[in-house]
Amino acid sequence: MSDAALLEVRNLRLSVRTDEGIAQILDHVELVLPHGHILGVVGESGCGKSTLARAVLGIVPKTATIESGEIRLEGEDMLRLSDREMTERVRGRRIGFIPQDPYLALNPVFTIGSQLLSPLRWHSPPTLRTERERRGHLVSLLRRVQIPEPEAVLERYPHQFSGGQRQRLMIAGALACGPSLVIADEPTTALDVTTQLQILKLLKSLTEEFGIGMLFVTHDFGVVAQLCDSITVMYAGQTVEAGPTREVLADPRHPYTRALLACHPDRSDGLTGIPGLVPSPLAPPTGCRFTPRCTHAVEVCSRRTPRFVSDSPGHLVSCRLADEHRKVGL
Amino acid sequence: MLRFVLRRLLLVIPSLAGLLVMTFFLIRVVPADPAAALAGENATPAQVAEIRRQYGLDQPLYVQFAVYLGQVARLDFGESAYSRRPVSLDIKLRLPATLELTVTALLLATLLGIPLGTIAAVHHNRWPDTLLRILSVGGIAVAAFWFAIELQLLFAMQLDWLPLRGRMSPGLTAPPTLSGFLLIDSLLAGRLDAFRDALRHLVLPAFTLSLGGLATIMRFTRAGVLETLQKDFVTYERAQGFPPHALIWKFVLRNSVVAAITQIGLLFGSTIAGAVVVETIFDWPGIGFYTVQAILTADYKVMLAVTLLIGVIYALVNILVDVVHGLIDPRLRERG
Ligand SMILES: Nc1ncnc2c1ncn2[C@@H]1O[C@H](COP(=O)(O)OP(=O)(O)O)[C@@H](O)[C@H]1O
Ligand SMILES: [Mg+2]
Repeated sequence: MSDAALLEVRNLRLSVRTDEGIAQILDHVELVLPHGHILGVVGESGCGKSTLARAVLGIVPKTATIESGEIRLEGEDMLRLSDREMTERVRGRRIGFIPQDPYLALNPVFTIGSQLLSPLRWHSPPTLRTERERRGHLVSLLRRVQIPEPEAVLERYPHQFSGGQRQRLMIAGALACGPSLVIADEPTTALDVTTQLQILKLLKSLTEEFGIGMLFVTHDFGVVAQLCDSITVMYAGQTVEAGPTREVLADPRHPYTRALLACHPDRSDGLTGIPGLVPSPLAPPTGCRFTPRCTHAVEVCSRRTPRFVSDSPGHLVSCRLADEHRKVGL
Repeated sequence: MLRFVLRRLLLVIPSLAGLLVMTFFLIRVVPADPAAALAGENATPAQVAEIRRQYGLDQPLYVQFAVYLGQVARLDFGESAYSRRPVSLDIKLRLPATLELTVTALLLATLLGIPLGTIAAVHHNRWPDTLLRILSVGGIAVAAFWFAIELQLLFAMQLDWLPLRGRMSPGLTAPPTLSGFLLIDSLLAGRLDAFRDALRHLVLPAFTLSLGGLATIMRFTRAGVLETLQKDFVTYERAQGFPPHALIWKFVLRNSVVAAITQIGLLFGSTIAGAVVVETIFDWPGIGFYTVQAILTADYKVMLAVTLLIGVIYALVNILVDVVHGLIDPRLRERG
């Protein structure tokens, strides 16, 4: 293991060509995920979280362009790799993926076995040479994620499983080739509350057991508090705040983080939601993109994009207020 | 799966019954006076009356229908006015030729249409897609007879690569009839010379006949693949490192061909209809050619037998299509 972080994203800008013009979907995204940690990426729907996950996996749509930035996996720049190298060496193998909706993510006309075993065949780790070894490996993983009768499950089709079971299958699939990073895109959003809790517990214990780092995308601070070591908050394609979970939750510095936390059901007094909507990436506000919805906004906010700087050790924030605090020595 | 197949078979019964009733009415009831039609223009009233009695047209309708059902059950369609042989014998001799031609044409249409449609979808809105779309519109628009004649001129007359007409060269003795398909029978008899000859005769008519179906299957496959490519599971499979060729040709394609395969069943009808033209141009000794003769000579017994026959074949082909659907999609199988 090198000194480099497991995943490091620097200054990532991504735009998409649409019929109505160029949409700036990611703008100066920054994040760092150390080996074996769980990083929560939080933001309202439409903030670019899934696009970020897809950019890391190298599967952005054909209409998208990565304009600048770096995506480093264990120090290696992913943006330099060809699609073929990403397929052969990275996706499935070094990065496992857990999708948002397990109802839609499984191919309805293939058995579970043929879907989950295929990546093992293509990315076969040296310890799993024969089909029997690969089946054995998958069956033990399925057992580990608490799927009953794992041998029989390989012959069944996706529609024969409940949502929670399917998400367990996806987890086993993500872990199958022994990745060092797992990207989970809102993996519990489509599930009921009890199942959600079980899946989160399972993810936590699995990442510890296998020493895997996880990029956990969610819009729910409650989930982050339970699961994540650190947080990156995204708003309208920009990272606005990042830091250790406990610190960000106890002392949120960005008005957007505060507003999000304030409307979480555990904390709010019946108020729901931040007034206003996430702006369209086709016409993002100039300067700080949160300005139109921010209660602390002043004239300068819409003129200049604030720098993403350290507020206290390990706690970064991108806001004029934080800048001013620093200047006056707060 | 067995239950699934049996259910399909049961579901066909009402359609076949409908076909029997319809043909009966078309032939016995719709003509103002079928006996006069049968007797011909110059018949005397006495002759017409004789024919009416002979054919049982003076009996009540339900008796006539029962008689009709009995005839159909015995495959007794009377004698063809044109060939002066029992219609069922003529059909038995000619049907395999048409089936061989039609099945080959549909096979060609499927084996070319599905990959071409997939290629078009993968290159959505780029030149391979545009080219294939233009060709597929052409496949429908170009009249089969015009295209067939062009092919004959080029490959048979000018280049002399392929025979101009017929099913087998005159000097060659046909292999013993087992399946009625010359390609299969010559292989079974170990007659490679006959196989080669039959294949050479089959190329032009089968290709001509395949064009309409080819265009349709291509369009439906293209639309199906484009739709599947939008699905979440494709994103998931890419994220998990499925290589592009396996992703498209295995995991996407199997989700995309259901609509195209439904078309294959429906195309069987229009392809048999197309065989009428193609058989006439290529002198192909099949049912289509025979039916044209029957229509020209107003040989209604032949028309009746052919209508029933095609109806039954059409129903069987569509059962086959349903079974293939069941094999492709496990959810259909369980729904029964
Ligand atoms: N292929 C695309 N073409 C155009 N706009 C897109 C595309 N993908 C995403 N977007 C837009 O980018 C923004 C971020 O989307 P997404 O990454 O899915 O956000 P999140 O996962 O945070 O909800 C949204 O405004 C969405 O409409
Ligand atoms: Mg999303």
